[in-house]
Amino acid sequence: MTAAAVLTARNVSITYEVNPPVDAVRDVSLTLHRGEILGLAGESGCGKTTLAYGMNRLLKAPAVMTSGEVVFHDGDGTDIDVATMDAEALRRYRWSKVSMVFQGSMNSLNPVMNVRTQLQDVFTTHQPSLRRAGRDARCAELLDLVGVDPSRLSAFPHELSGGMRQRVMIAMALALDPQVMIMDEPTTALDVVVQRGIIRQIMRLRERLGFAVVFITHDLPLLIEISDRIAIMREGRIVEEGAAEQIYHAPQADYTRHLLSSFPSLTGARGAFVRGGAA
Amino acid sequence: MSGALEVRGLNKDFRLRNGMASTVLHAVADVSFTVEPHRTVALVGESGSGKSTIARIIAKLETPTSGQVLLDGRPTPTRATADYRRQVQMVFQDPFASLNPFHSISHHIERPLRIHHPELSTQAVRERVVELLERVQLTPGSAYLERRPHELSGGQRQRVAIARALAPGARFVVADEPVSMLDVSIRVDVLNLLADLQRAEGLGVLYITHDLATARHFSDEILVMYRGSIVERGRADEVILNPQHEYTKKLREAAADPDRLGELRDEVRREMAGGAA
Repeated sequence: MTAAAVLTARNVSITYEVNPPVDAVRDVSLTLHRGEILGLAGESGCGKTTLAYGMNRLLKAPAVMTSGEVVFHDGDGTDIDVATMDAEALRRYRWSKVSMVFQGSMNSLNPVMNVRTQLQDVFTTHQPSLRRAGRDARCAELLDLVGVDPSRLSAFPHELSGGMRQRVMIAMALALDPQVMIMDEPTTALDVVVQRGIIRQIMRLRERLGFAVVFITHDLPLLIEISDRIAIMREGRIVEEGAAEQIYHAPQADYTRHLLSSFPSLTGARGAFVRGGAA
Repeated sequence: MSGALEVRGLNKDFRLRNGMASTVLHAVADVSFTVEPHRTVALVGESGSGKSTIARIIAKLETPTSGQVLLDGRPTPTRATADYRRQVQMVFQDPFASLNPFHSISHHIERPLRIHHPELSTQAVRERVVELLERVQLTPGSAYLERRPHELSGGQRQRVAIARALAPGARFVVADEPVSMLDVSIRVDVLNLLADLQRAEGLGVLYITHDLATARHFSDEILVMYRGSIVERGRADEVILNPQHEYTKKLREAAADPDRLGELRDEVRREMAGGAA
């Protein structure tokens, strides 16, 4: 079954209007289907984060979206043009339809507020009708969902490990039951074992809640392992897009092959790797 | 066999203060291994496992609580001597922090040459710098002499750091996560360069990393560290392909492997179906 599209970007170009102007994203079209994990891979500076910001209309000057459109296809059948929403509509749209886990976000929790206050903030803003007891229950439920003991609600960020903080950020992004989550390098700064736990949790939650994920990282082997489809970006363009199997087994673009060869295989043959030392 | 760099029975304790109370953290607990010329030993483990502490002890930036660093079978003094520095050099993780933004590239490589080879004439030093730059594939070397670190990319800077380590004529290089700050597509190039140089010069390399895949391909022997101790050691392929210790297995399990495409998804689905039934 092919799922319907949930977020479509058409011919998006984004320029940083500095001197000289930098074309960070050039004529990118991308479709995210309901419930899928779309991997966005590329090296530093290729425009993947800028594109993600553009899809959520988070760009700040000097970044300007010079052309293209981003359309969100709501679950109830209406289409929302992300680029033309007014401030109030945008406020309602963000986080409740599309939420984001930012790069290095485990360090973006407020150090002087406990976890409960920060999680509740989402509800007081977006669901003011929700009573205090309801908010409390929902916050505990969210922490439980991401595998953190709800008793940690009263903890301050510095009392939590990096992995736990990252889980709290994911809980926050899940709070309003969004249809799309954009995750920008959600696990890059974490140790591999912790990273694995979080990835597994994301996969589980996706099965349970059915949101779609845009997963941004430079770690191509990880993307191939977990994504349904993958888009490879280079210098602001998408050089190749396809199912994870296809990207791995039959890459079309030279750059994709180059990226793949940059990751020596853990268990397979040596590939492009030379080894010094005694034979 | 000509000499080796050896650590024997290394321990390092850090005292942690918590108000009036203090506890002792055993950052390195009874670690021994040998780095021989022509060979690469990889030290793998997660953050906090003590691998960088070992690097710092070998570089004499940290004093061990007990244990010794031996060079060619002889104990080395606590503080590094010029002779020790000439033979054992470091390549650090962050090429943006390890080069001085104020100085030119040639200065970075000239200094170790002048310090360790005071007999060289200015002309000879210059030639040697160009030669070293070209050895790390910054060609033509003369074009890089007067440039400053900010004009170079991360990969180029790390090459300069490698050239600097080779400049005194080092026999052993300790590379602490030398590529983890670099863009993925140039990581292999820098590691291959290090491997080529190693072969040409017969260097002994201690490669410290958290990346099992490059550890396997880049080194002869792998030591797996967990909470300060070496929990498993052996031939690189052996350790990765046939891990014995629980922790090695866990690390191996956690490393991304494109060959397991879709498996995690299916596993999670099965698990959920099982839970629902």
